[in-house]
Formats: sequence, C-alpha cells, structure tokens
Amino acid sequence: MKLADLQTIAEHEVDFQRAYKYRINVCCSSGCVPFGAFKVLEAFQEAVKEFGVERECKVARTGCVGTCSVGPVVVIEPGDYIYQNVTPEKVREIVRDHIVLGLPVKGMLYSNEAFFKKQKRLVLRNAGKIDPYRIQDYIAMGGYSALVKCLATMTPQGVIYEVSSSGLRGRGGAGFPTGQKWSLVARGHGSPKYIVANLDEGDPGVFANRTLAEADPHAILEGMLIAAYAIGAEKGYIYIRAEYPLAIQTLQRAIAQAKSMSLLGSSILETPFKFGVELRLGAGAFVAGEETAILASVEGRRAMPRPRPPYPANSGLWGKPTLIQNVETLANIPQIVLNGGLWFSKIGTPKCTGTKCFSLTGKISNPGLIEVPMGITLREVVFDIGGGVQENGKFKAVLVGGPSGGCLPETLLEQPIDYESLKKVGAIMGSGGIVVLDNHSCMVDTAKFFTEFCVDESCGKCTPCRAGLPRVKGIFDAITQGDGRMEDIATLEKTGVYIRDASLCGLGQTAPNPVITTLRYFKDEYIEHIVKKRCKAGKCFKKEAKP
Amino acid sequence: MSKDDNRRMLLEKTLKENNYQGSALLEILHKAQGIYGFLSKDLLMDISQSLNLPPSHVFGVATFYSFFNLTKPGEHIVTGCMGTACYVKGVDDIMQAIEREFNIKRGETRADGKLSLFVTRCIGACAMSPAIVVDAEVIGKATKEIVIERIKQVLGGAKE
Repeated sequence: MKLADLQTIAEHEVDFQRAYKYRINVCCSSGCVPFGAFKVLEAFQEAVKEFGVERECKVARTGCVGTCSVGPVVVIEPGDYIYQNVTPEKVREIVRDHIVLGLPVKGMLYSNEAFFKKQKRLVLRNAGKIDPYRIQDYIAMGGYSALVKCLATMTPQGVIYEVSSSGLRGRGGAGFPTGQKWSLVARGHGSPKYIVANLDEGDPGVFANRTLAEADPHAILEGMLIAAYAIGAEKGYIYIRAEYPLAIQTLQRAIAQAKSMSLLGSSILETPFKFGVELRLGAGAFVAGEETAILASVEGRRAMPRPRPPYPANSGLWGKPTLIQNVETLANIPQIVLNGGLWFSKIGTPKCTGTKCFSLTGKISNPGLIEVPMGITLREVVFDIGGGVQENGKFKAVLVGGPSGGCLPETLLEQPIDYESLKKVGAIMGSGGIVVLDNHSCMVDTAKFFTEFCVDESCGKCTPCRAGLPRVKGIFDAITQGDGRMEDIATLEKTGVYIRDASLCGLGQTAPNPVITTLRYFKDEYIEHIVKKRCKAGKCFKKEAKP
Repeated sequence: MSKDDNRRMLLEKTLKENNYQGSALLEILHKAQGIYGFLSKDLLMDISQSLNLPPSHVFGVATFYSFFNLTKPGEHIVTGCMGTACYVKGVDDIMQAIEREFNIKRGETRADGKLSLFVTRCIGACAMSPAIVVDAEVIGKATKEIVIERIKQVLGGAKE
C-alpha cells in the first residue's frame, strides 16, 4: 500500500458510511459484554432486517461510551441518543420507534448531559464511535494520516520537536516529559532499539487503558509507529494484562489488519521504515507496571525492578535502548502530530497539558470512564461529572491514584487535577483511578485494605517494602481488632515515611500513601478506633475466625 | 492417541513456535496452563528441560505471577473481585457469606473437588461493582442472595 492509497480508503469508507441514514453503535467492551452486549448486537442485526431498514441502518459493534454503569449501552447516530440497560427484548421497540417512526424512546434514554459536559475527549475521541475490529473505520476518522504526515514530510527530530513542544507528559503516573524521553532514547547507543507499550493496568479499580485498547486499538499502534520513527526503533511490544481477554483479542486483530495493509512490518507504506509489534501477556503482578520490572517480564523473568541508572533509555530490553510508554500517552501522539504541539499545549494547564482518562467508581451516582482536561478540580469530577455521592450516603473521601494513591477529604476537593497539585496533598495521578468513599466506608479499614494489597504485590526484592509493609499491616490488624495503642499512630507515621523514602521502586515508594494521607486527614478515626474501640462505619472489630 | 499425548503435542507446538527460547517462558506458561488447566510439577519440569532453563527459574516465575495455578482447580470456580471499587461496595461481605454457606475458604478448593473460591484483583467491571464471577459468568451489582443462589444452581447441575 502506498501513501495515496490511504486517502482512497478513507474516502471510500466515508462514502460507504454516508449511505446509511442511521448508525447504531452497540458498546461491546468489557463493561457491557458481561451483561449481554453481544446478544443486543445480534438482536439489532435481526431487528433492522425484520423491519426492512437494513439499508438505512448500519449496526456496528463499538467500544466504550463511558457510561459503564448503565450497560449494555447503545448509541444511535445522528443525534447521539444513548440508550441504557438495553436488553434483546427492548431492541424491537427501539428499532420500530426510533428508526421506523423517527421517535426516540424517551423512557430508555440516558439523560445526563452533566456526565459529558465537562469532559474533553481527545484520547477517547473514537471510543464508542468506530468499530475497533475494522481498520477502515479508524482510517475514515483520519487514522494513520499522522503516520503518513511523519513519513512524508517530517524528520525524526521534527517529530520529537512537536512532541516536546506539546508538553505531553507520561500518563502512566510519573509524568515524565514525553519529548525528553524520546530524545534520550533517540540518542541512546545500541541497536536495535525497542518500544514497550505499557498496558499492565494493575491498579484495582482502574480500567481506562483497557477501554482504550478495546475501543480504539489502532490509535495505540499509530502512536507506537510514530514513536518508532522518531527514535529509530524496529520492534515494539505491547505488555498487556492476561486478565483482559477482549482487549488482547482486539489488539491482536488490529495488529493483523495493520500488517496486511503494510502499516506494520518492513517497508511500511513503501518507505524504508520498518517496525513490528508483538503482544506480551502479563500474569497478574502489580509491580510489572514499573518500568524496569516490565522489562524483566517481557524478557520472561520475574517482574522484579532493578536500580536505575542505567535507565531503560540507555539499557533496556536485552541491554538495548528502550522506550517505555503508557498506551494512553501513545494514543495522544497522532493528534499532536496532526494538529501540532502548540495546539496541544493550550489544552489543560501550562505545566500539565492535555487530558487524562479516569475510571470513576465507588459510591458515586454516575460511575464510568471519563476523560477530562488537566487542571479540572476534583469537585467538578466528583460532583458535576460523577453526579455526587449515591443516595443514602454522605461524601467522605476521594481516593486518587489507585492503591498507592491518597485519600483526600472534602476540604481538598478544590484541588486541580495535575501531577504537582496531587503530589502536594499526598496523592498521585497514578494510572487514573478515582474512587469515591462515603460514610459507609471506614478510613482505617480502607488504608488496611490497600496495605494488604501492597503486601501481596510486593516483589520481595528490597527490605523496606518486603518487611516494612507487613509490619504496617500488623499494626492495622491490631487497631481493627481492638488491640490498638496510641503509640501505634506514631509508629505508622514513622514506618510509612521509612518505606516511602527507602524503597527501590515506585511500588514501595507510594505504598504508604493511603496510610500517610488517612493519618493526615482522618486521624480522629484512628483515635476513635484505638480509644473507644468503635468503628462508625461498622467495618472493624468483627470477630474473625482465625485460620 | 491418548489425551496426554495430544496435550503434549500442543505444548510442543507452542515451544517450537517460540524457538525454545527462554525469553518466551511467560507465553509458554500461559499456553501450558490453557492446555492442561493448571501447572503441575511434572509439567514445569518438562518445560524447564525443553527450554534448557534451571527448574528454579521456571518455578520462580510460575510462583511469582498470581495468574498461574499450581494446583488443580475445582470443577466450578467462583472468583470474587477484590478491586477497590468492589471492596468499597461491600464484596467482602458477599465473600464471607459464600464462605459460610459453602464451607470453603477463599483461595481454596473444596475437598470434594467441586468448588474453588478465588479472589482476583479487579476484573475491570468496576462500574458494575461489586462483581463476582461464577464459572465464566460475571454477576454485576451482586448481592449475597443472588450469588449464593447462582452457585447452588451450578453445583446442583454438577451433581447429575
């Protein structure tokens, strides 16, 4: 395939899609599939035939719209009518009324403009709109034109310049400037160079990367291709959790399609540029998302981090220069190339540009997957987009950044979401989890839960994390079983700081965050547990049968 | 050809596809678990010899990652999602109810081999939390009653 052919495919596909008056998008991502999305898809395919409207209706399987709590979700274009909790039984009525009679079925619609109003969808721009199983759908939306632009008109240095000027920072959590990382790897000595796309979304409660892969896999591949061109890499791996079968399947299919159109492989688009992508499956290890641990895992070893330097940019996979990048970061790249770094740098805040995807869960009215501009406040996310706390609950805390994030109280809801502001108050961006807790949650119990998680997931290599975390857990066990002492609070604080400061990798360094933040903002609950042996939420002091 | 030979052939095919390279150990363990259902000691020894890796390395990797099962799971598998969202929404209460009702502890397989109860860190159905997986079926917005009823159903079916 040549550069010009891509244009032809895009035009063809756009014409093809315009021939339909309606497009029925059935969300078939992991949020909706367990609740019968495939059956709904089949029912629509049959119903449009039954009513004889198959020539005006394109029924498509798509990725996630974001309103995961009311699945299966179906969106009918034009007009973006969102139908919620669709079952195969409801499908005939929807087709009859909406398509045949032109009257949307009001009673089944998801009417919550607030959920979408403050969102800005860049990374998820195609999510829920295109069929992730058809590369043509992606091309019709302008897909792979950024790659064409790079190959035809830009030098690798030019691409790095655009990415640098965009201000884009790594979305995996650490927030390292992407352009700077690329130039480090580009300058690294050794060949071949590698790219590892990080889709090891191990944080419980986070599903943003999975959703992206299921909804728009080619955006990830195109981002990898552009990165490869910029840094001179020949081979890339996507490291993905084995717990994500649908995302794996979607990516495998996307890779095969891209290969068959010579968008992957040797002489891509008939230029000398070559790049291949393979999937690597994780196997349930939270620490594998750490950048040196992921390298060990791709090489078939235990996912244990190693000290840096040497940094992966100089010595990564098999000792060669390697770019490790979260898939959300990569999915931003095509648009930066198309619209320019300057355009991107105007979104979000000056120091923290662009958008961020979050999984919004917990005791919240509208849970789901959202994408918001950086700098938006937590209050806007929790109350405007999320609709506030579920009925019969009262807001207590919001947990930002997964199991190693921080629990923030209501007084900090005006905090803008960006790397520095979150860090200042003891939370982290992490991979993008926001969990809302209400008065039915106990903060001591919550901190204990995350500590247990980190104890399980500690790889055991360095002592502060391996030995320190079980010590912290032991204190929590005592406090929640009625054996707490006042001096435990000081011990927790001290041990938390030791673990944070002395651990080798990000897991240990952030593991005490929930402990430190709950002690900082909810100390009275600890004291109540220790002195009064009382848990207002009723979570602790349950007699546990000792094994 | 016996069932065992058949499985061994499939494993051999996987080994060959990966050029017997040690760096493909994770892929091979994934495939092997898919073929055999779990990773027995003999199987791990076999893989270690085929890849020319020390058994300690293969055992080390297989036990490091929680996705790999080294014991035979029960006929029916119930998995509770212990992700943050599910925990906040009370999955632990449901798990305790299951433990009491079916006389089983999480992480274990019942002696009669009918039922295993596992926990996992997030299946990603967070917006539908709490979530419990009974065999391959995800039960979202789960309650004690619904889950226990469903488990009784699948166990009942297994009695024949």
